[in-house]
Amino acid sequence: MTSSGPWAARARVLGIVVNPVAGMGGRVGLHGTDGQVELARARGAEPVAPARARRALARLHELAPDLDVVVAPGALGADHLPDATGWRVTVLDGPEPGAETTADDTRAAVSALVAAGVDLLLFVGGDGTARDVAGAVWAVCDDCVPVLGVPAGVKMHSAVFGLTPETAALAASRHLAAPERHGTRQAEVVDRDAAGDVRLYGTVQVPALPAGVQPAKGAPAPLADDATALAAEVAAELEPGRLYLLGPGATVDQVGHALGLATTPLGVDAVCDGRLLAVDADEATLLDLLARHDRATLVLGVVGGQGFLLGRGNQQLSPAVLRALAAADPAGLAGILVLATPAKVGALPEPVLHVDLDDPELAAELAGYRRVRTAPGRSTVLRVET
Amino acid sequence: MSELRNYHAAVWDEPLVMELSAPGRRGNVPPAPIAELDPATALPGAVLRQAAPALPEVAEPDVLRHFLHLSQETMGMVGISLFGTCTMKYNPRVGEQLSGRDGMAELHPDQDDSTLQGLLEAVHRFDLMLRGLSGMDRFVFQPGGGAHAAYTHTAVTRAYFADRGELEQRREIITTAQAHPCNPATASAAGFDVITLPVEEDGYASLDALKAVLSDRTAALMINNPDDMGIYNPHIKEWVDAVHEVGGLCFYDHANFNGVMGRLRARELGFDACMFMLHKTFGVAKGGGGPAVGAYGCSEELATYLPGPLVEATEDGYVRRENPRGVGRVREYLGNLNQVVKAFGWLTAMGADGIREAADISVLANNYMEVRLLELKGVTKAFPQMTKRRLEMTRFSLEEYTAETGITAVDVQNRMGDYGIDAFWLSHEPWIVPEPFTPEAGETWSLEDIDYWIDVLAHVLEEGRSDPELVRTAPHQQVVGQLDGSSLDDPEKWATTWRAHRRKSGRG
Repeated sequence: MTSSGPWAARARVLGIVVNPVAGMGGRVGLHGTDGQVELARARGAEPVAPARARRALARLHELAPDLDVVVAPGALGADHLPDATGWRVTVLDGPEPGAETTADDTRAAVSALVAAGVDLLLFVGGDGTARDVAGAVWAVCDDCVPVLGVPAGVKMHSAVFGLTPETAALAASRHLAAPERHGTRQAEVVDRDAAGDVRLYGTVQVPALPAGVQPAKGAPAPLADDATALAAEVAAELEPGRLYLLGPGATVDQVGHALGLATTPLGVDAVCDGRLLAVDADEATLLDLLARHDRATLVLGVVGGQGFLLGRGNQQLSPAVLRALAAADPAGLAGILVLATPAKVGALPEPVLHVDLDDPELAAELAGYRRVRTAPGRSTVLRVET
Repeated sequence: MSELRNYHAAVWDEPLVMELSAPGRRGNVPPAPIAELDPATALPGAVLRQAAPALPEVAEPDVLRHFLHLSQETMGMVGISLFGTCTMKYNPRVGEQLSGRDGMAELHPDQDDSTLQGLLEAVHRFDLMLRGLSGMDRFVFQPGGGAHAAYTHTAVTRAYFADRGELEQRREIITTAQAHPCNPATASAAGFDVITLPVEEDGYASLDALKAVLSDRTAALMINNPDDMGIYNPHIKEWVDAVHEVGGLCFYDHANFNGVMGRLRARELGFDACMFMLHKTFGVAKGGGGPAVGAYGCSEELATYLPGPLVEATEDGYVRRENPRGVGRVREYLGNLNQVVKAFGWLTAMGADGIREAADISVLANNYMEVRLLELKGVTKAFPQMTKRRLEMTRFSLEEYTAETGITAVDVQNRMGDYGIDAFWLSHEPWIVPEPFTPEAGETWSLEDIDYWIDVLAHVLEEGRSDPELVRTAPHQQVVGQLDGSSLDDPEKWATTWRAHRRKSGRG
């Protein structure tokens, strides 16, 4: 056997960067930590990212004990490596970052990791970190390097994170084992802007492997086709006079497209009798609309790879809104329509949906088995956990 | 560890028979047609074709050589094939001899019943034997496979609810993510909405999930047990009761009957109907070995809706009769009866004690395999937390091995072919276990065969560690190397006829 040709093996190189202050705002009631580290510290916040980085890297070392690793210096990476026997570690040149690391440090480290030719860039942080990473990767070479996030931020709306640090490690190990076999997919990097609106900041390539489970070889129909057919079926069923709240996500957005309406994939839109009553509505608008309709249905998608139904990227569907929905319609909560393509359901690490609401009583009402429509004439049932 | 034998498949680069064709070449020249029977004059002009069909024109030795080469480029259907869910057991040659006798092979289904008494008796007696195994009240053999039997059930379900005036309301058929894919597929083809229950942490779907979807819209439950991972759902009777409580029917897909033959009866668990695959469980060839039969059995109540014709024992002998309220035809005549005769012979020879022992051996063999396989570094078992024993097969995973080496289950499968081992079964799709493989030992392979299979796997796993290129680029000793599978789902690329092949390959 020769070792040349398209199947030639070569050692895979993993790049690592950690945002050590990510996630600090979470427990102290800040909606993010970017630019608010001082405030978070003043409120008594403790670092959370280093521990999550160590969890992910320790698991990755178990799964892939033989790797070339390039890591940012000090608190930006090297400090969090496990006892990495078997890993050939290169620490990036450059000064040790100070105690107060910044977004500039992250971006500089990413540029250097891309220049080092890494096959996968594993970062530890939240949506803000994801924005910095994506921006820095694009500045060098568009989306040439696949990216994967270890969840450690306050917000993790972007479709680039593992459900847990351990599942991120699993996905990383499997991608590095055979990148060309599994390929990559485009994933959105979203974050809330200064005004609190969820915005699309860019896209990156992520390993095509979902966190837990590899999709079938001889893949099923593309996501878009499945979602389009399902959305067309749902759109054809809408009742006259009923208010439909279309939640965020590409699958649900297809319902708006099927109706010929300019809905938004990132926000909540309101539709009644084929008319678009509100686009990207906030909580107050939703409450107002619900007060003016005696029949209402909420249509929700599922956050891919994570299984979140409520509480990630759709906080405008607040407990108050959900209670108003229940009041408007006795079947309000039970009648929530959940749409997810078979590929999305198959990619969940377990057949479970998550609800994360600051209202445990309401969350409990949503718990239990819930029908999820997957394709025209097809559905499954997933357990909602709170 | 056994010493692995050298193996190399025949490589012929055999052309398609159409490519061997030369104008005017003949193998056998029949006499010219009798003038008054010449189709050119005897048939109306409108039905005569304008151009001669494009048939291969080849000499007799060319034909023989061609098919000899093709046969050499197979693995012969008697290799060690532990292809899970397919129960690749050895098919006794005596079955072929039985069905090849003139008294079977030369019969025509349009003969009068009085001249088919032996065959009809075999069909009837085999029906009685399957009733004994399942507790059902009648079987038919028309379905040409397991999926066809599942489809027959959806047709019977439609007729049953139409008769009760409930068909408009009962639109939903429930199945599980590890039932055979033919269950949702046939339910959908029959016009029902399909609800697929996910597999949860115990390795099967939960009773609570089932209860969450049951309603007066439920038409039927279609389910395997054990499923395609060898996991038996111990709550199955509660499942059936819950479905009956809302007025639905229950269909037991016995595709995985081998581990429970003679150990349980579908009707006693409450099922209204079931299906046996004669071409896997009952000693009849499958795959390239011959046509299939999905024997469909049901309760007296559902028998009203069975497709016809049915075979009856009367005082005047065996007769075929129509089933006036049945669903009509699902296939011509009585089905692939040559296969029914083989299965009848097999089951008669095995006897009730024999098939029960065969079931026990298949479970024992699988559990022996499981112990040896789990000793291999990089091999894990699906749902390891579910510690109850698997029955006749186990779903394994090479996920850890793949993470370690980059070598996937498909790579390993390809490389095992270089040792003359038939491809193992991976998993139905979508995969819920990464890098899956699912061997099924059955009752017919010797301990030496099973050990040899495991030794080959162990050897290939080590090869993947010491020389990953060798495994990643396998097979090397086979008829062909790796196939580019990218066009398999592309109707613009694949072709099943010469004409389509020429058109799609741009050659004509």
